Amino acid sequence: MQIPAPFDYAKATSLDDAVALLSRYGEDAHVIAGGHSLLPMMKLRLARPDWLIDINDLHELDFIRREGDVLVVGALTRHHTLLESEEVQALFPIIGDAERVVADPIVRNRGTLGGSLCQADPAEDLSTVCTVLGAEAVVHGASGDRVLSMDQFHVGPYETAVAFDEVLTEVRIPIRPRSSSAYEKVERRVGDWAVAAAGASVTFADDGTLADVAIGTTAVGLETRASAAEAVLRGKVPTEELIAEAGRLTGEAVDPMADQRGSVEYKRHLANELTQRTLRKAIARAQGQEA
Amino acid sequence: MLVTMTVNGTEVARDIEPRVLLVHFLREELGMTGTHWGCDTSNCGACVVQLDGTPVKSCTVLAAMADGHSVKTVEGLAEGGTLDPIQQGFMEEHGLQCGFCTPGMMLTTNALLKENPNPTETDIREAISGQICRCTGYATIVRAVQWAAEHPAGGDAAAAEAGTEASVAEPEKEVAGA
Ligand SMILES: Cc1cc2nc3c(=O)[nH]c(=O)nc-3n(C[C@H](O)[C@H](O)[C@H](O)COP(=O)(O)OP(=O)(O)OC[C@H]3O[C@@H](n4cnc5c(N)ncnc54)[C@H](O)[C@@H]3O)c2cc1C
Ligand code: FES
Ligand code: FES
Repeated sequence: MQIPAPFDYAKATSLDDAVALLSRYGEDAHVIAGGHSLLPMMKLRLARPDWLIDINDLHELDFIRREGDVLVVGALTRHHTLLESEEVQALFPIIGDAERVVADPIVRNRGTLGGSLCQADPAEDLSTVCTVLGAEAVVHGASGDRVLSMDQFHVGPYETAVAFDEVLTEVRIPIRPRSSSAYEKVERRVGDWAVAAAGASVTFADDGTLADVAIGTTAVGLETRASAAEAVLRGKVPTEELIAEAGRLTGEAVDPMADQRGSVEYKRHLANELTQRTLRKAIARAQGQEA
Repeated sequence: MLVTMTVNGTEVARDIEPRVLLVHFLREELGMTGTHWGCDTSNCGACVVQLDGTPVKSCTVLAAMADGHSVKTVEGLAEGGTLDPIQQGFMEEHGLQCGFCTPGMMLTTNALLKENPNPTETDIREAISGQICRCTGYATIVRAVQWAAEHPAGGDAAAAEAGTEASVAEPEKEVAGA
């Protein structure tokens, strides 16, 4: 029987209350949202917080709201809610692509966007999604809000810029005309973490060239975007040759580890192939065709 | 800490350690062993219950997190002596062998049919994709869910119509008390 080590527990009644509790109990206090990453880690004693601050009653963090040309998603928004939102699917089809393959429907009932990003597991699908969408993370602490790019937010594997007395409150995703996005993942079985995955977001200029391209990968040891691959496509009219070249460069840029999920060569091959597929799909979607 | 929640319509209160998981709260504090506990890693789905109507893996939810909320377990599916159509369906279509995965499967089905009374086979397979059955394979489970969808009244009337001699009490015991 796996049970977490003892800890104290408090339900936060407001965002300020959560921050006050976190400051009071210090470094050994952790926020718990869906608990679907934290509790498994606590059972295995990989995490051993002294205090858990439960933010599930902070319904003000569970929302999807359009503010002009930004879609704002609250940190407590469950995977299920994101997957069910037609507005989200229409604006950012990559989110639906990814959410469909995050764990399984029952885990998706509990897990949250904020928990996914704060967990910062290199295999976390939504981190890649938010990165290629150019999202910003809003972090709240005693002295107010900080707005971080995903680069600033992600410090390293399992490490974010969120201080011990701060709470991630929302993610802000820019809405761009003539753009679309896609995500492709290979897993060993339904609901499993990625062997490898790739996400792409493309924005066309009026003249049919690509004004912007963002490519990111999951679980293959590349924490940043695949910038060399992006550069191949930026400013160009996309062709099969350029897409193949972008895939090849992404396969070279990744730095995967061999494990029971596959060899280094296999994962490089996946990064290459999945990058090409997501690019093709994102481009087709941006051009109004469904790939 | 004192935890109060409504389980199958009845309010319960217990003084527990914060680290008690909902699955252990149900089984050990309340003696409700219908909720099974298998992998302990949020993978198998044997421990699925409904929290405020939503299926959750209760080995990955603290009982403290359910404080003030309502929980439905397999013990709450039958009404009095009448099986829920879902329980009836699992019986009619041989949706179980050992019964280990069955309570979780039925609670997921219960939530699915509320949202989508006429699910396709794909909908059903998707809904139970986070749950593992080691015995039947999934074909009979899918058929059991379809049976329940086709017989929303369920119970004895539907069973009689389906031409079986359903014994209501027996299978319920097997399922709920396994
Ligand atoms: C069986 C299984 C399979 C899974 N498969 C996948 C998968 O394929 N892909 C994938 O991406 N994920 C997968 N997950 C993870 C799942 O998506 C988790 O729900 C998610 O990673 C964490 O969200 P949570 O709300 O449960 O976070 P929690 O477990 O509550 O928290 C995770 C971490 O984030 C911190 N935290 C949470 N919210 C905040 C906040 N608002 N501000 C500051 N800190 C915060 C916590 O302190 C903790 O350190 C899987 C999980 C399980 C159990
Ligand atoms: S025991 Fe909870 S999912 Fe297996
Ligand atoms: S009936 Fe035995 S595990 Fe499903």
